[in-house]
Amino acid sequence: MFKKFQPSADVSGQVSVKSSVQRNIRASILSQWNINPETFEQIWPKKEPLTLVKCREHISIYTLHGEPLFFQHFDGPFFPTLRLLHKYPSILPMVRVDRGAIRFLLAGAHMMCPGFTSAGGSLPPADAALPPNTPVAIHAEGKEHAAGIGLTKLGTEEIRKVNKGVGVETVTYLGDDLWKIQQL
Amino acid sequence: MASTEQEAAPVEPTPPKQVLYCQVCTFPVEYCEFGSSFTRCKEWLQKENPALYDKFYSEEALQAKIGTLSLEAQEKLEKDTAKKEAKAEAKADAALKKKMASTVTIKRIERNKRKHVTAIHGLEAFDVDLKKAAKFFAQKFATGASVTKNMQGLDEIVVQGDVSGDIVEMIEDGVGLLKNVPKDNIVEVEEKGKKAAS
Ligand SMILES: [Zn+2]
Repeated sequence: MFKKFQPSADVSGQVSVKSSVQRNIRASILSQWNINPETFEQIWPKKEPLTLVKCREHISIYTLHGEPLFFQHFDGPFFPTLRLLHKYPSILPMVRVDRGAIRFLLAGAHMMCPGFTSAGGSLPPADAALPPNTPVAIHAEGKEHAAGIGLTKLGTEEIRKVNKGVGVETVTYLGDDLWKIQQL
Repeated sequence: MASTEQEAAPVEPTPPKQVLYCQVCTFPVEYCEFGSSFTRCKEWLQKENPALYDKFYSEEALQAKIGTLSLEAQEKLEKDTAKKEAKAEAKADAALKKKMASTVTIKRIERNKRKHVTAIHGLEAFDVDLKKAAKFFAQKFATGASVTKNMQGLDEIVVQGDVSGDIVEMIEDGVGLLKNVPKDNIVEVEEKGKKAAS
């Protein structure tokens, strides 16, 4: 999503978000992420105004004092930025790819099923299986912090069963053009 | 309703996790090996946090890290990293060379018999913010200064009055935001009023 993304060319405008809309966003995020309101208050205090940065292809990046916090594609789910996820790793459910997949992930490739099902990979257990189109933190074998954020293309049980083709679409990853933007 | 003690206790927010990011490649330090500046990253970490350096790069750590990857795959990864690094270095070298070869042109332009303007072109190659520089010149010389496009469509700073000598001096002295501009890259040009000839 953020390959070849240049703020000078791909941002069409910045507006402050109306307070009624801010309330809706806050409620949506609290229902979508695994985070309590007290912790979320640290990330985005209620009194502080959110800015919407409108970008190409219906990407909306939301910033607080210029720092990107989360983003959305069309009216899809809210994704935290990777830096925010590093601070609060449990806000998204976790999947893990094996070491061999890391360099492909950091080149922006979507993650193939075998990367999750091999010995170095991991998926949530069957009783916590994730449906398709769930935002996930993409962790990597032997690493503490997430290397990327993705959207499941197949349910996690299906990834196990099918075991070929793309299982998780990569949305943002270490070193992509969103990672490079620390202030917008 | 009377609240019990448990209800009254506020929920404690979870504190954020502290992550050490590499000052060289910006990744969490455990991911430096996948960047394009691994050698410099390691040098930096060794100075910044020797304990962590040992944790990541000691013999045993390197053995453990390979994890489930086959030996051939690990070798391929190391080769790729070295290649990536060499490529990034070559690119940085080329960029630096280009930068050092680019010139800053300071042009004294005669507007009419007494009036001159000074056009400065090429400062952006040395990471000078042109708008800030224009403002700085305007203040320094108590005159007008602005960023405009020249005939080639490139940005340049135009300062009212003949200040070419002063600007050369400022670059030589490395004043403020001009400190990264090498004085050897300055070219001084003089443009006489063409219309005045007729
Ligand atoms: Zn690094």
